[in-house]
Amino acid sequence: MVTIPDNKYYPWLPFVTLLRKEILRFVRVSTQTLLTPIVTASLYLFIFGATLGERLHVLEGFSYAQFVIPGLIIMGVINNTFANTSSSLFMSRYLGGIVDLLVTPVSPPQFIMAYTLAAMLRGLLVGTVVWLISTLFAELPWESPLLAILMAILASFLFAQFGLIAAIYAHNFDTLSMYSNFLILPLVYLGGVFYPISILPDPWGTFSYLNPLFYLIDGFRHAIIGVGDTSYLIAFGVSFGIAAVLFAWAAWLIGKGYRLRA
Amino acid sequence: MRLYIRAMSALVIENLHKSFDGVPAVKGVSFTIHKGEIFGLLGPNGAGKSTTINMIAGVVRLGSGSITAFGYDNQRDYRYTRRMLGVVHQEIVIDNFFTVDQALQLHAGYYGVKDDPAWRQLLIERLGLKPHLDKVMLKLSGGLKRRFMIAKALIHRPKLLLLDEPTAGVDVELRHGLWEFVREINRQGTTILLTTHYLEEAEQMCDRIAIMNHGELIALEETQKLIRRLSNRQLRLWLEEPLLKTPASLEPYAPKLIEDGNVLLLSLPAGEGAGNVLIQLTELGLKIQDVETDQSSLEDVFIHLTGMNGGVNGHHSR
Repeated sequence: MVTIPDNKYYPWLPFVTLLRKEILRFVRVSTQTLLTPIVTASLYLFIFGATLGERLHVLEGFSYAQFVIPGLIIMGVINNTFANTSSSLFMSRYLGGIVDLLVTPVSPPQFIMAYTLAAMLRGLLVGTVVWLISTLFAELPWESPLLAILMAILASFLFAQFGLIAAIYAHNFDTLSMYSNFLILPLVYLGGVFYPISILPDPWGTFSYLNPLFYLIDGFRHAIIGVGDTSYLIAFGVSFGIAAVLFAWAAWLIGKGYRLRA
Repeated sequence: MRLYIRAMSALVIENLHKSFDGVPAVKGVSFTIHKGEIFGLLGPNGAGKSTTINMIAGVVRLGSGSITAFGYDNQRDYRYTRRMLGVVHQEIVIDNFFTVDQALQLHAGYYGVKDDPAWRQLLIERLGLKPHLDKVMLKLSGGLKRRFMIAKALIHRPKLLLLDEPTAGVDVELRHGLWEFVREINRQGTTILLTTHYLEEAEQMCDRIAIMNHGELIALEETQKLIRRLSNRQLRLWLEEPLLKTPASLEPYAPKLIEDGNVLLLSLPAGEGAGNVLIQLTELGLKIQDVETDQSSLEDVFIHLTGMNGGVNGHHSR
């Protein structure tokens, strides 16, 4: 005998469930989503912290390890937040699982925030572990820890939005990997992770100021070691501006159901 | 928060239109589904059934027109309408991150409903999913995937269940089981909207049937009325003495003599009873030994209406 009793509707539950599902998703494949990026970052730390780093000096008063670690942390945050939203949403679109979500009362803001927060958690988790491992190689001065955390949060938020946008526009896995390999990777590498852009000869130094990722990387490092190529205000302002634009873009796409609903 | 039903109609669709890249798929469809009924939406492939269902479910954006479920507009009050709808998609949706049991729990949450273990267990048992709870979807057979999708669509206890070809690719035994379960759910108060290519099943299941063709609604009636109105009944008469030639006055009934003139076949036009023709036969002085009427099925009506031959999608329901 089947009975169908009435039941209550909890407006927050769709969001909480989707957030939980997104977190469980990356935890379930943690070898790929957490361990791999941590191992990669540890290799960088070993190369630049313990071996090559002793022969490199790019900033007066700081060891190369101290210079490069903030860059590696923020790189881990950026890559992993982007990877999380982009792969999760794209897979969902690609395999058709997205319709299971589209028929539910999950609203566009709940949709965006659940994907964003789960991705931010993964990115910040990777960043934290990279920082913990880095303590084996160098001690960081932590000039403004709160500002540094704020920059990391902003970086993760920004790339979560970018991941959502990329997943919506991507036609296949190839296009999706193009975003990370041909856009994020060069911008991160050329954005001052491994060197201060002030040491670059012109026009490369000036060009680097056009790289939006420079502001995230420099702002984060500035907050940690107290020295940067640009001011906190500019670094934070530019990053905040980009994050706001990307958020508005992602919200518009998802609100409209662009490429999600036929 | 509780949802209150604001209307007696489970679903009201008015002047629904949808085009894809300028090609119209649904052209001004309107119909109403009453609370508690099983409503069949039939039509050949490409008729616009799935597009209509997907617009109701919210998977396809509304072109124009309006969809109201239990008094709530599916655009403005989408959170309420979607909460009241359960959807079994035609395409099998695959998610390999979660097991059957986990996916069911998550799915209830998406609808803003707290997990009810008793209800979940009941669905699991009734749909035969118990031995497969710890499997991910990829490991399930085709029939199990369908059953899992039905469980998922019912996990939040919807008031209107949309079944888009729920038995496609499912063997006969399982099909019967699934329909029996759908009937049971319906008896408990869930309204059903279904599409199927198995017309015999639609005939048995549905209180009312709508037929779509080329994006338009071409029929909407109670199932038996529709069949009676549109199908040609055949009258089979066993004569006491064989006839050599059919009487001219019977021409409107397309008479045909078989079995050496011992059996006369007459086609009754749609909507006409056998009374008139029997009077004519008596006037002609024909002595009749036995009479049999042969009611045609929904499939005949369907073929007649849509101009299709060879059944729907190449499948005969019989």
